[in-house]
Amino acid sequence: MAQKTMIQAITDAMAVELANDDNVLVFGEDVGKNGGVFRATEGLQAKFGEDRVFDTPLAESGIGGLSIGLALEGFRPVPEIQFFGFILETMDSIGGQMARMRYRMGNTRQMPITIRAPFGGGVHTPEMHSDNFEGLITSFPGIRVVVPSNPYDAKGLLISAIRSNDPVMYLEHMKLYRSFRDEVPDGEYTVPLDQANVTRSGRDVTIVTYGAMVREATKAADELAKANIEAEVIDLRTIAPLDMKTIIASVEKTGRVVVVQEAQRQAGVGNQVISEISQRAILNLQAPIGFVAAPDTPFPFGQAETAWLPNANDIIAEVKKTVNF
Amino acid sequence: MINGKIDFAKIVDTESQEFPEIKVLNEAGEIIAPELDPQLTDEQLVALLSKMVFARTLDQRSTALNRQGRLGFYAPTAGHEASQVASEYAMDPGDFILPRYRDVPELVLHGLPLAKAFLWSRGHQMGNEYPDEFRALPPQIIIGAQYVQAAGIALGLKKRGRKQVAYAYTGDGGTSQGDFYEGINFAGHFKAPAIFVIENNGFAISVPRAEQTAAKTLAQKAVAAGIPGVVVDGMDALAVYQVMASAREWAIAGNGPVLIETLTYRYGPHTLSGDDPKRYRTPEMDQLWLSRDPLIRMRKYLTAKGLWSEEKENQLIDQYKAEIKAAIDEADQAPKQQVSDFLKNTYDVQPQNIQEQLQKFEQREAN
Ligand SMILES: Cc1ncc(C[n+]2csc(CCOP(=O)(O)OP(=O)(O)O)c2C)c(N)n1
Ligand SMILES: [Mg+2]
Repeated sequence: MAQKTMIQAITDAMAVELANDDNVLVFGEDVGKNGGVFRATEGLQAKFGEDRVFDTPLAESGIGGLSIGLALEGFRPVPEIQFFGFILETMDSIGGQMARMRYRMGNTRQMPITIRAPFGGGVHTPEMHSDNFEGLITSFPGIRVVVPSNPYDAKGLLISAIRSNDPVMYLEHMKLYRSFRDEVPDGEYTVPLDQANVTRSGRDVTIVTYGAMVREATKAADELAKANIEAEVIDLRTIAPLDMKTIIASVEKTGRVVVVQEAQRQAGVGNQVISEISQRAILNLQAPIGFVAAPDTPFPFGQAETAWLPNANDIIAEVKKTVNF
Repeated sequence: MINGKIDFAKIVDTESQEFPEIKVLNEAGEIIAPELDPQLTDEQLVALLSKMVFARTLDQRSTALNRQGRLGFYAPTAGHEASQVASEYAMDPGDFILPRYRDVPELVLHGLPLAKAFLWSRGHQMGNEYPDEFRALPPQIIIGAQYVQAAGIALGLKKRGRKQVAYAYTGDGGTSQGDFYEGINFAGHFKAPAIFVIENNGFAISVPRAEQTAAKTLAQKAVAAGIPGVVVDGMDALAVYQVMASAREWAIAGNGPVLIETLTYRYGPHTLSGDDPKRYRTPEMDQLWLSRDPLIRMRKYLTAKGLWSEEKENQLIDQYKAEIKAAIDEADQAPKQQVSDFLKNTYDVQPQNIQEQLQKFEQREAN
């Protein structure tokens, strides 16, 4: 066991799977000698060789198509898209091709591809680097979308993703890369895909969230506890398909829900969660479902990024509104 | 072997014959191709070198300002002065420029107030608020996007009968994007007056040019689009000027686009956000390119003509530093960026969600 940052946990997961399975290939822009612009693939090329860990020419659509082709030849590609904003360049590969390959070929082919990409606000990147486009990917049936919120989950989820025979979009929040450490076991372990995690239990209200907002929600819950409001926090971990069982069990207990996402109100997966809760548990609710999300503009210019992003205070205010309804 | 009668080795050899590198001014500051000398007037030569000195000064100051935390995102330009400044200098203010993130010098020389360039770097929306008459887009972050858009602007210019061009910049890495091929192909098909510049500085972040493509030159990609492709010494301002000015004439005459590959080098890191070139470049490589420096050879050429002196250059540098300081001070005066600004700038007519959110944020911002 060692204390690791999320980025170290991610590197570790790739190293474990590269060692475990010769079919695992890691590639993308600058991932080889340079070890990736965030150093997520640091040391992997030196350790596993240029056949297994390699740079590609600069073209995301190419990276998408290459992954599909390699998967058809029996490999387990783990491509990196340097920043998630550039995912728009690969949309046909993802939504038009890999997500539906199993379906269109009657379950005779599979796409065991794990696309990794850094995303998320709070680090003041230039435009198109931080955008919360995850909701776009969640709308394609056939692909799983995973967003770890801590180093332990990051490693276990990435190993599960690489072993999954379905394509997985694995999103790494940049704000979480180096902001804190966790105990991360050495060697292999998995965290199941499609299972949300109750990271804090409480009786009064359920906060459902994912990614960097798990930290904000936990901060908010600590603050609310001082006012004698006990919040349960659910970290979705996999944002598509959703683990509604865990969410509904909590809602039935607390009778109140606040859904929190960093993405714009009209984006992300919050609306999906809210819709499912309304359909399945509306009679358990003692107040309308609360929703904390960013405003409906494109991802903000850096100068007002902090004011734009939802935070613990927004969550506290929304929870109080729900509790005092 | 039944077949094997096609000589592919020969085919690939013919296809990929080297495109000759156009050079006018050598490293000693001598004209080596008089027939290609753009024959700029003395005044123009001084203006061109002065602008190159401006670009170098801006790079040094921007780097320092970034280190002091007074500037945001910055992609260094030192080494690119001939490629960037001379290509811009050959264009007309009415031509439309589509820059990438590294092309701030061209954008400023094309008319963007320096304070706005600094605001862009800091992530302030005002940096991208351009006057109607300014023929430019803000620096493009998405690699390749500007190439397809340039084809559209050029077709628009053609349809309007304007004697102007659209000119777009990308890097060596950018030529691998689908958008690159689509852009040059569309412009070629529509015979649209576009000039596509590839600033080949040898690396796309850490990835060397040789690992982008099996093609020997990037300029030869023009062949498949049926348009002219040219390789030019990107450290030679006179050669770059010659090629750009000629391409502009060709495009405006209705012949369609030109693809230009300038061979250059970035002395600094990819950006100032943590890139370490020592991971992927050798000191020998840096030295080789420093010896080809675009400013040194222009200085030699102009000094020999009696048009330049160290004293004159120092004066200019002082003047530029003062201009840069004034611009950064001006940028400091920009009003605080508000979320309500973003909300107001998202749609023409505000839909209900925006109206609601605007109310919330305006209230918040008032407190
Ligand atoms: C679509 C897209 N993919 C990836 C990136 C990340 N990125 C920014 S610059 C760069 C390298 C570009 O190299 P090159 O085209 O040679 O231009 P240079 O930076 O050398 O001037 C990369 C990969 C991006 N900005 N946009
Ligand atoms: Mg380059």
